[in-house]
Amino acid sequence: MSVVGSTALSFTDEQAMLLDVARQFCSDKSPITSVRAQLETETGFDAALWDEMVSLGWTGIALPESCGGSGLGVATLVPVIEAMGRAMLGTPLINSALAGQLLLRAGNGEQCERLLPALVSGAPATVALLDDADWGNEAVTLVLDEQGVLQGEKKYVPDAAVASLFVVSVRHQGEIALAVVRSEQLHAGALRANTLIDQTKRSASVDFSGVAVDQNNIIAGSKVVPALRDIRLLGALLVAAEATGSAAACLDTIVDYLKTRKQFGKLIGSYQALKHPTVDILTATDSARSFIYHAATLAGEAALDKDAEIACRMAKAQACQTLLYAGDRAVQFHGGMGFTYECDAQLYIRRAQWSQQQFGDAQHHRKRLAALLLD
Amino acid sequence: MSASDKELQEFRAQVSAWMQENNPADPGFLLPQTFMEVGDERQLEFLREWQHKVWAAGYLGMAWPKEYGGGGLDPVYQSIADQEMRRHAVPICFNVIGLGWAGPLINDIGTEQEKARYLKGILTADDVWCQGFSEPDHGSDLGNAQLRAVRDGDEYVLNGQKIWTTMGNFAKYMILLARTNPDAPRKYDGLSFFLSPMQVPGIETRPIRKITGEFGFTETFFTDARIPADCLMGEEGQGWKIAMQTLQYERGAEAGAAGGLSMVRVTIDDMINQLEGVNRDGEPVLRDAVVRDQLVQAIMEEKAMVLGDRRSRIPALTTDYPGSLPLSSKLRLTEMTRRMRQLAINLQGAEGALYVGDDEARQGGFWQRAYFNSFSATIGGGTSQVQANIVAEHILGLPK
Repeated sequence: MSVVGSTALSFTDEQAMLLDVARQFCSDKSPITSVRAQLETETGFDAALWDEMVSLGWTGIALPESCGGSGLGVATLVPVIEAMGRAMLGTPLINSALAGQLLLRAGNGEQCERLLPALVSGAPATVALLDDADWGNEAVTLVLDEQGVLQGEKKYVPDAAVASLFVVSVRHQGEIALAVVRSEQLHAGALRANTLIDQTKRSASVDFSGVAVDQNNIIAGSKVVPALRDIRLLGALLVAAEATGSAAACLDTIVDYLKTRKQFGKLIGSYQALKHPTVDILTATDSARSFIYHAATLAGEAALDKDAEIACRMAKAQACQTLLYAGDRAVQFHGGMGFTYECDAQLYIRRAQWSQQQFGDAQHHRKRLAALLLD
Repeated sequence: MSASDKELQEFRAQVSAWMQENNPADPGFLLPQTFMEVGDERQLEFLREWQHKVWAAGYLGMAWPKEYGGGGLDPVYQSIADQEMRRHAVPICFNVIGLGWAGPLINDIGTEQEKARYLKGILTADDVWCQGFSEPDHGSDLGNAQLRAVRDGDEYVLNGQKIWTTMGNFAKYMILLARTNPDAPRKYDGLSFFLSPMQVPGIETRPIRKITGEFGFTETFFTDARIPADCLMGEEGQGWKIAMQTLQYERGAEAGAAGGLSMVRVTIDDMINQLEGVNRDGEPVLRDAVVRDQLVQAIMEEKAMVLGDRRSRIPALTTDYPGSLPLSSKLRLTEMTRRMRQLAINLQGAEGALYVGDDEARQGGFWQRAYFNSFSATIGGGTSQVQANIVAEHILGLPK
């Protein structure tokens, strides 16, 4: 058996159609001027645009038909998220989808039927997983005490300001469990917004102390830990898909500039010192795209197996390193212009640093890949 | 003539059994991994005997016409035979310029006389073929070839020089790109294509010693060398078009090539397996955190190539810069191979400094030699730097 392992890669007509629609929608509705218009707003996205995405069915793609979704599976989100990444379109879609997947994978039938339809109809949800800055730390310090009251804080909770529902990892009766918290249960001042390096994104520290969790909103048992593990992998995959789209857009930005900017009497794209690294960005982006659709091929509704885990981790490691390189070179190749806020290169270099830190950076994933591949 | 799945399965089992039975024992000297590494008579005779044996068993040239030594079968049989050869890791069929370039070309556009004269000898390995495309001053710029061919009665007179002629000193024939019209407005239109004999007065070869210390290529000098006029393939001025046509046969038996392994495939698994027993800081090298990270990156690189090949066949996933995957694959594959082999040596500890000829060299110095030879692919067929220019200009649309 080769260490290269599974090389499955397929793409259904349905996914192809969705990719087409998503590409068109994002390029029509999210030109760079619209992206920039949201950089300093409170929520970071246009609510009307979100409503359109909801009506396209994107919030329900990965959720079962019994909850109002279209039951196409989480893999079908990959082309949509890639298209959004290309247009630098933020919105709570990624984390809302992850919250839905976490409920679906760990919750019981009653919980899914009660909680998921609101997600499908566009009420944003989010996942609160981090107790500190270490994605490698799977211990949970936030406590759900014997009285069903939360004690502690979660860090870097995405889209916390707009989320109507939080799925929170907690320590409960010595085990890891999940608590579902409605936004109206949070006390005033519970949110401390982060100032993020990527201004198209939003997150906050959320103090859940004192929140009494309804008994039917506690999810405990043997499904929780595997579901959390899967969510981290799916999170890595969706962020990788987004980063791949952003890298492709970043490449386009570089290529456009190299074809129009002249220095020393020549188009700068004719200089090999710029040409060759740009080819490196192209081939790295090609690899990232191959990895995300490979992972999408393997990530089904069941618990992720070893091949799927390897695929998600490779996708994340590849895509984020690619975007990091593309964003970095985009600034450099734009020269003095690249150093300005006005130049779009800043959007990509910022997105790159943000993406790297979601669901574990490249080193984090390669360390785990080493154990999966070499031991 | 299409075969049933059952027939093909039976055929596969039959080839597999034959390869198992006939795969030669280790000859006690390092065999070439590619046809570009045939350095001495000992290697040549070993490989000649092997290729002849494969042909005689009916597993080479299976889709070529029967009357010229082929098998007259559907190419799918050859593809299966090739897969089994790869799986059993048998030696290469070394007459690659004949099997994969000249032969299919003659089959496609040659005259009856050319087919009768050349094809069988290619398959039996009696006639070794070489290629005269590159010239000393025009390494990556093939269209600018300057070797002159001047028509004189029933002959062409050749003057000039070729370089990097693989097996030039062993070859009986050469596919030759020469300039018949130096005044053509487009440099490409002045080129013609010849099937030239090598053993004629005025053609001399001088073996080139490579960084490995071995031989494998020659410089080939043409001084008033006279070859029959019927060596011209097609017509004068069609040289560039015909030379480009030879490239399509790289896609294997389905495209017309005779088949057989042209190179020994070395995988990332081979690279990892060779580290058995190597220690670092008193522990197996595979426990070292830094090494592990390097290996994971190498595995990802190899996997990305395989996945890229898969994705290139899904039109909906190749709408960005169409053609980028196939056009960049030479660049990527050869550079990856070079880096992987460099790493393989790097991880051997102090043994990494040993070379072919030292009894204690790991696998006889296989990786050291393989690393040096990997440059033949990052340089030959257009250097990586030229390849990067091609991708930049043709795929990204960047200016020249």
